[in-house]
Amino acid sequence: MAVSMKKHEMPAQDPKVRRKNFNEVALGYDEETAVAEANRCLHCKVPKCMEGCPVQVHIPEFIEKIKTREFDEAISIIKETNSLPAVCGRVCPQENQCEKHCVLGIKGESVAIGRLERFAADTFMLKNKEVQPIKYADDAKKVAIIGAGPAGLTCAGDLAHKGYKVTIFEALHKAGGVLSYGIPEFRLPKDKVVAREIENIEKLGVKIEVNSVVGRLYTVDELMEEEGFSAVFIGTGAGLPRFQGIPGENLNGVYSANEFLTRCNLMKAYDFPNNLTPITEGKKVAVIGGGNVAMDAARTALRLGADEVSIVYRRSMQELPARREEVEHAKEEGVDFKILINPTEVIGDDKGWVKGLKCVRMELGEADASGRRRPKAIEGSEFTLDVETVIVAIGTGPNPIISNTTKGLDTDNHGHIIADEKTLATSKPGVYAGGDIVTGAATVILAMGAGRTAAKSIDEYLKK
Amino acid sequence: MFKILSKKEASPGVYFMEVEAPRIAKKAKAGQFIVLRVDDNGERIPLTIADYNSESGSVLLVFQVIGATTTELAALNVGDSILDFVGPLGQPSEIKNFGTVAVIGGGIGVAPTYPIAKAMKEAGNKVIAIMGAKTKDILIMEDKMRSVVDEVVITTDDGSYGIKGFVTNGIQSLVDRGEKLDQVTAIGPVIMMKSVVDATRDLKIKTVVSLNPVMVDGTGMCGGCRVMVDGKMKFACVDGPEFDGHKVDFKDLMNRQKMYRDEETVAKDHICHIGLGV
Repeated sequence: MAVSMKKHEMPAQDPKVRRKNFNEVALGYDEETAVAEANRCLHCKVPKCMEGCPVQVHIPEFIEKIKTREFDEAISIIKETNSLPAVCGRVCPQENQCEKHCVLGIKGESVAIGRLERFAADTFMLKNKEVQPIKYADDAKKVAIIGAGPAGLTCAGDLAHKGYKVTIFEALHKAGGVLSYGIPEFRLPKDKVVAREIENIEKLGVKIEVNSVVGRLYTVDELMEEEGFSAVFIGTGAGLPRFQGIPGENLNGVYSANEFLTRCNLMKAYDFPNNLTPITEGKKVAVIGGGNVAMDAARTALRLGADEVSIVYRRSMQELPARREEVEHAKEEGVDFKILINPTEVIGDDKGWVKGLKCVRMELGEADASGRRRPKAIEGSEFTLDVETVIVAIGTGPNPIISNTTKGLDTDNHGHIIADEKTLATSKPGVYAGGDIVTGAATVILAMGAGRTAAKSIDEYLKK
Repeated sequence: MFKILSKKEASPGVYFMEVEAPRIAKKAKAGQFIVLRVDDNGERIPLTIADYNSESGSVLLVFQVIGATTTELAALNVGDSILDFVGPLGQPSEIKNFGTVAVIGGGIGVAPTYPIAKAMKEAGNKVIAIMGAKTKDILIMEDKMRSVVDEVVITTDDGSYGIKGFVTNGIQSLVDRGEKLDQVTAIGPVIMMKSVVDATRDLKIKTVVSLNPVMVDGTGMCGGCRVMVDGKMKFACVDGPEFDGHKVDFKDLMNRQKMYRDEETVAKDHICHIGLGV
């Protein structure tokens, strides 16, 4: 039987409808589509797909189980190496990872591995299958994890499976990290997916202590010396937002993407005043930046009621770092891409509110250190965008609380914690770190990969 | 859940509330704050710690009913609980022997100056508290403050108690009698802190102010609390809340404090309308 060169489409909400609601955009495969897509897998003798997966999901094996409609087995295989499959099936950049290596991708489209992973995870959740708690030995060692985001949750899940008693300390009132405060509902449903995945980890016996800022409530040393933890994993994630440093960034109406998304996702500002956290948004919104966070902010801005939302990005579409799928979704919903444009000043009215964004047009010059062509301003091309809200989505720096309160923990000159590339061991014995606090802003799956690596290293360390 | 151990309305709309939070009480230091969320629909608001007791495991908050959350908070009673209570956040005050220190509080800003005054005294300073209020009846914490400092100077806007005028008149009275101040800490409404800073700039007295800008997480993530200090962007939640007052851009700060004024009214009306208000 000839294999179709194209993936099965995944149904999605109509763009005209979805741009006004927060419901999930992509709707997932039904059983027949999933089985048909699984049948596209060639089961290569030497499967390349796994090479692209930061947590080494046994991809051909779980796809085989979908083919044969053994869905429980499919999810069991995924869960051996991936604690958050319903999340990964939705937000992983599969096109740069597993699917990039798929043989079918050479001449046509790769197998839709991400969509199949999502199908297996969602099918499991729908069945309300109980996760079996782990039986811990009486003398099981305790491990503290700082931050209940993708890195911390993964590390916790893996360590629990290895028999360690894990407590996660989370600064916010809700676990999930970026899955809860950052990625919007329409891309990653909070109650249906995130809360369920976290519950599954808790059911293993992992304790999550919310409202606990390590560095303030406990120092890392106190956790190890007074609270009885034999090892610590630091997965505190993205920290303070970066700004461009242009005039007017403190005007009212300028948000960091972190703040804008946190207000909307974690604090439910879209339902103000039933939820008390406010958000202010004008009818015309500019989002500065071209990453996934910028796409999330732009699409959230539309849903909050903006008439016009623009992405303002200083390079061209080719360099735009967001996932293609997110860019396409944003375009379909009506987000305008203003490329090769760089903001130079936020302009305020006489009451201190944003009334415009002064920009300059850019052109691409020689390639820089990152291999991307360096944008430079075109002289005399200044103009002003008429906007009332500006959202700055140009990245984040590391949170300083732990590095400032932990002796013997080395950081680089940006303040990121230094961890061994292979083991994620820090300069402090028994303390490991991974995710954005080490690498700077990256993806959910890379943070999860770090969580896995750290769990393995911590296990080896504690067995010594 | 964090239980309310005591509650007292000190003057109309101003409440003293002790909250059970043993771990925070154990770790808190002068100058730090907490973030709380009353219930699941609540917003996160920062409040400066007014006192802490590691033996009773309690943290004292002093707040004035202004917006929706403080209205909700005031409606809670002893035995009720606050859903989320996070801290101690921010950098502690720099406490050492400076010599003679004036600790200035205006309105409910007197409350967070109390632990600083106490710590400054313990560090060997001569401590003078300047406490300002609109009128005598709403002055808070006078006895408590008198018990830890060398001298208390009171100013009231209407002259009903102490010196008639503002806390800056209190500073002037000390200067006039030849008191040499080595450091000033001022906490209160932004406009009061700005007046103090303007006064001490000419007098060349180092002045620390504690800022309370809009925050969401309060832990160094959202960037909502950004303030300009010495021309650089700083974040009150992790770099502060205390800063060198002579370097703070107060115009910028005052503008940002207005951002949610309309929404605050809507939210408060909503709370009162659904019957949670006092």
